Amino acid sequence: MSAITSRRTTRTGIALSRRAGMVFVLPALVLFAVFILYPLLTALSYSFFGWTGIVRGGFTGIENYVALFTELPFSTDIPNAFLHNLLLFAGAMFFQNTVGLGLATLLHRMSRFKRFFQTMYTLPYLVSPLVVGYLWSLMLSPLFGPVNSVLRAIGLGDLAKPWLGDPATAIWVVVIVTAWQWIGFPVLLYGAALGGIPEEIDEAASLDGAGPWQRFRSITLPMLVPAIGTVSVLTFIGAMEAFPIPYALGGSQGSPAGATDVLSLLFYRTAFESGSSNAIGTSSAIATLLFLFIFGVSMLITWLMRRAERRLY
Amino acid sequence: MTVLTSPPAVDTGPRHPAPGRDSRRRKPVTFGGVASSTFLWIYAVISISPLLLMVSNSLRTTQDMAQNPIGLPLPPNFASYQKAWITASFDTYFFNSIFVTVASVLLSTAVSLLAAYAFARTRSKLFGVLEATFLSGLMLPVFLAILPLFFLLDSLGMVSNLWSLILVYGALGIPFSTFVLASFFRQLPIELDEAARLDGAGPFATFWRVHLPLVKPAIATVIVFRFVPVWNDFFYPLILIRDQDAYTLPVGITRFFGEYQTDWATLFAGLTLATIPLVVLFLIATKQIVSGLTAGMSK
Repeated sequence: MSAITSRRTTRTGIALSRRAGMVFVLPALVLFAVFILYPLLTALSYSFFGWTGIVRGGFTGIENYVALFTELPFSTDIPNAFLHNLLLFAGAMFFQNTVGLGLATLLHRMSRFKRFFQTMYTLPYLVSPLVVGYLWSLMLSPLFGPVNSVLRAIGLGDLAKPWLGDPATAIWVVVIVTAWQWIGFPVLLYGAALGGIPEEIDEAASLDGAGPWQRFRSITLPMLVPAIGTVSVLTFIGAMEAFPIPYALGGSQGSPAGATDVLSLLFYRTAFESGSSNAIGTSSAIATLLFLFIFGVSMLITWLMRRAERRLY
Repeated sequence: MTVLTSPPAVDTGPRHPAPGRDSRRRKPVTFGGVASSTFLWIYAVISISPLLLMVSNSLRTTQDMAQNPIGLPLPPNFASYQKAWITASFDTYFFNSIFVTVASVLLSTAVSLLAAYAFARTRSKLFGVLEATFLSGLMLPVFLAILPLFFLLDSLGMVSNLWSLILVYGALGIPFSTFVLASFFRQLPIELDEAARLDGAGPFATFWRVHLPLVKPAIATVIVFRFVPVWNDFFYPLILIRDQDAYTLPVGITRFFGEYQTDWATLFAGLTLATIPLVVLFLIATKQIVSGLTAGMSK
């Protein structure tokens, strides 16, 4: 993401006239404008109107937004779902920057089996999140799920429980399954960043008497900052948009008892399953708030990482 | 099927003291070397065992799974695959998914190639703004635009039509594809364009004959890399496809899970079927995926 926002000036000059350039851009622009830009701007406007089914009523200003914070079920559902999104983000960040970074560091020093291990760690990322969710729901099934059988087989039978049926453990299943699926991403990204550090620097520092911690702090960490920033931003967006895994593990209602509810499920239910006549107004308000939040925090992370990079160097 | 179970190293790993061997090339086996290999192996098992279990259980009968939750598929039973493929209509879902994914990835790659070339070869405020607009699409929540999109497609009579998905995914692929391709085009020296112009080539001929062959690796990366999210996407077809004959795999799977709740063998077979194409793609194009994941990220 840091690379996206900082547009490097290049040596390429002007080879296309404006008119020729426009012709080249036109197909993409039309597609993008009709199927992304127009719906997006329209969606934002939807949230400022009252609705009766699919008929738009009068302009209501921020009434839909006020309703989200003052009316049931929103005033309880939104904080609940939002907390779960934050848990997903925190859990994934913790997992990726400890286990993921650890695996990448170990692989970096390897020569022979590197590609094999990278493949092993990346495979879950390729499987559809929906398939991943359903697969884990079968594995954790209280009936004859393999996870509980393994626990019983190794003498930890007391730990065997209906993981997805218990509100206390269900959200943690969603967090762990999400983190499990994503691990290949930081392994590859951090691996590439570590690969970009010239070994000579490390050797020179080592000859100058710098210990391993000092070398990590002064050489490796600053070089990793852009990658950490990218991982953070993309993990954040992914965690805020999480939909298929919670859907597969807890259904569209976020069962049990809203324990696996997330914002995108809440949006989906409000828009398509609530049956309320103003469904379009309130669900558009939810989507708009989430968009502003994602955009703001992504920018903030990018800015913080840039600052950290300058400080560390 | 053999594709998934083929890496023999998975089976031989724990039995041989092989993990320490790769660190023996330059230095003797140390405690740290063994510990780190052990960690790598443990996590590899955590990472891959649910997937191996999925494949292995798809070859067992439900009755066998109920009696021994952990067990090997001996002898392998392929009946569930036939049931998932024919009875549970996976054949329909599968071909719908293939059609939508291939067409939309080709569409977004083609229009992004043209746009990226223009962004790399023009210098004006207008194009800078356009490029920034495209890139901002990388940060948009997927479901933000869904309601107006649904109304738009409904008014065009395109709900439940696979082409609606193709157009939407085609548009959604533009930000990422343009970003990767433009960074590749920018690396090509401007002298190429000047030389082509001196030879009398127009802008399109220059793009087609000179630049396109040079960015082939980037095109492969973009194609492979868009394939994964489009193939796996669940949200758009859930809302835009109402007709069962036009379901793509992910939506088909949710329906299938409701119907076959207790028929575990068929459930595992269905999940495996939905996963096979991407694993095959990955084995063909590991390099592209690895470089795509890190595209433009490294300084």
